[in-house]
Amino acid sequence: MNWITQTIAVTGVTLRSISQRVGSSVVAIIGIAGVVIVFTAVLSIAEGFRAAMQGTGDPQTVIVLRSGSDTEMTSGFGGEEANLIAEAPGLERGPEGVHASPELFVIVGHPLKRSGTDANVPLRGVTPAALRVRPKTRIIEGRMFTPGTNEIVVGQAASNQFSGLTVGAPVRWGDSSWQVVGIFDADGSVSESELWCDAKVLQGAYRRGNSYQSVYARLETPDSFQTFKDALTKNPRLNITVIREPDYYSQQSVVLQTVIRTIGFSIAILMALGAIFGALNTMYSAVANRTREIATLRALGFGSSPVVVSVLVEAILLSVVGGIIGGGLAWIAFDGYQTATMNWQSFSQVAFAFAVTPVLLAEGLIFAVIMGFLGGLFPAIRAARLPVVTALRQL
Amino acid sequence: MKFLHLVWRNLMRRKIRTFITIMTIMVAFLLFGGLMAIRAAFSMGVDVAGADRLMMIHKVSIIQPLPKSYGDRIRAVEGITALSHANWFGGYYQEPSNFVQSMAVDPETWLQMYPEFEVPGDQKKVWLGDRIGAIIGADLAARMNWKVGDRVPLLAPIYQVAKDGPWEFTIDGIYNSSKQGVDKTQFFFHYEYLNEVMRKIPGMADVVGWYVFRVADPSTSDQLAKRIDAMFANSSAETKTATEKAFVSDFAKQIGDIGSIMMAIAGIVMFFILFVAGNAMAQSVRERINELGVLKTLGFTDGRILSLVLMESCAIAILGGGLGLLLSWTFITTFGDPTGGLLPIFHFPPRDVIFGALLVFVLGIGTGMIPALQASRLKIVDALRRT
Repeated sequence: MNWITQTIAVTGVTLRSISQRVGSSVVAIIGIAGVVIVFTAVLSIAEGFRAAMQGTGDPQTVIVLRSGSDTEMTSGFGGEEANLIAEAPGLERGPEGVHASPELFVIVGHPLKRSGTDANVPLRGVTPAALRVRPKTRIIEGRMFTPGTNEIVVGQAASNQFSGLTVGAPVRWGDSSWQVVGIFDADGSVSESELWCDAKVLQGAYRRGNSYQSVYARLETPDSFQTFKDALTKNPRLNITVIREPDYYSQQSVVLQTVIRTIGFSIAILMALGAIFGALNTMYSAVANRTREIATLRALGFGSSPVVVSVLVEAILLSVVGGIIGGGLAWIAFDGYQTATMNWQSFSQVAFAFAVTPVLLAEGLIFAVIMGFLGGLFPAIRAARLPVVTALRQL
Repeated sequence: MKFLHLVWRNLMRRKIRTFITIMTIMVAFLLFGGLMAIRAAFSMGVDVAGADRLMMIHKVSIIQPLPKSYGDRIRAVEGITALSHANWFGGYYQEPSNFVQSMAVDPETWLQMYPEFEVPGDQKKVWLGDRIGAIIGADLAARMNWKVGDRVPLLAPIYQVAKDGPWEFTIDGIYNSSKQGVDKTQFFFHYEYLNEVMRKIPGMADVVGWYVFRVADPSTSDQLAKRIDAMFANSSAETKTATEKAFVSDFAKQIGDIGSIMMAIAGIVMFFILFVAGNAMAQSVRERINELGVLKTLGFTDGRILSLVLMESCAIAILGGGLGLLLSWTFITTFGDPTGGLLPIFHFPPRDVIFGALLVFVLGIGTGMIPALQASRLKIVDALRRT
């Protein structure tokens, strides 16, 4: 008999004997499934946050900030500079003029639905060009605000996460009152967490004079970025940085992603250790239970490596089952779960949905297989090294 | 106690299984330590927030400034014993990724307000007299490798209008804290330095980010907060006053349920690991039922059998759990924040260490109890009949 047929035969015997050890096998499967659930669930938070932030990015859209600022929150320039930026070459034009929108970005304290406590909600002052700069954004309920009035439109996610933001509702922050007149959808992107109002009105309400914090502009083609950027950086009257929207938002999500990923990975690794010990326990007792059987096979002339392989196959099979169960449960329980958190970089709330992606599921499965392999390796070696004579004599 | 040897031999009967069980329990308690540290980090120091300190911010949001003139009006209110203020500076060193949690404060009143920031006396004296001086937390000093006497340029996008180029500071002192859970990553400098530069810009000078004041009697905090907010109602800058604890806990709630979800999942899994370990421990007793029958035949009482089995399970739990708690405490105190400065408060609170120790005993007794009871209630005949 050659090695391969030996291996197949021994593995077949091993797998058929699992039915006699259902209890301990189930414990190992559940242990690994638990780790995969946690691994997938925690990383789906980071993944969902990333998707919301990067879904916002359109390579044809650019953001202009004051040089040295890495967020809109800390940026700022005057109205004149904003006009200069809008006049630069390389920008798309439509019948209503150039597609550039100077904007303000402030936060207001507004209660969260789930806790009733105040959270930093982003309030963006925009110009009518804002919708032309963001073609994916559209009003899905009510209407756009009328420029010059204290009307606001709210993102769909903001309306879900914060209390009292429905069409027709009045809201009050400090000494200014506003009226919600519409809800907008932005294809699941981060702007759905924002509230929008007229930039001029916001300047007045926040005593910002004629100043803005950013200019959002749409390029003629994605390639005209360099033309636009060069024109601005060469202008001695401007001191600004230009960044493509996708780059800006991926930069904005770095901190939170690092935190979630670090925590997620350290928890998952610790738990993986726990699960490996669980698998070790299961496989050692599996080997111990079958001592006589294995010794018999060896006495019949089976080599030791087929025995090693058969034990490893059993361990990996159990872990694959655990991985599939864990990934499936995580997907059922967490995929699409809507929540909001504070993005530390913009100091404001961002709503997003957990995303259990196929890549995450695959990673979870690979993780499970590694745990199974490690958990099966030592018991497999032990099985192969059993001295045949003493093992046969064993009870 | 003379049966300790018996317990030991029983533990050593299957060395690998005992070892694995102990390791599993150790991992569970390592996880427990990590979870408690994360919980402390996400609650952002609500445990050390002073109950006798009130904070006042602009009613709209914390980014709106308040007039500096409010300070004198608050100080005049009865029941307020001390007052200080701060401005968020948001500086960074060379690169935006080297973020420094920097604030412009009124030095003398600030240190009185926060006695938990402990600065050596001579360093404090130098700082108070040095207009461009700063004191920094020990963790920040370690992360940036800054020492007393260093000149440190910081860039601050918020205040760039007033000063194009870096702001120069001298590190005059490093604060530490004997209290756990105090944020040691902060950077404090003179408000006067900031204000002087801001005078160049109309409307930007003489404003503060937030006020903090101490009340004589914490039970009157809510009343006082209402009274002070009423003082500034209908003014150009309305205010929102609450205890520091309330502010910190509201702020922590902004992280939202992702924090609690991570905690819940990991918590469930921790209990699951303990369940698996407990199962292995119970199994090892079940395997020896007929041996226990022999002991009973030899005259061991039911109570003695019970305590033997319990001692065995407690020994495993204490070894594994104690090791886990000790290791997680060592890791957390030695390495601190795993994210490199993003979670400034990262420690294993002593209260949670005690909770963990209790959990170890509950685990030992809980896993041992059922098999121990079964064993002690055994009829000798039944026990011996099993093979």
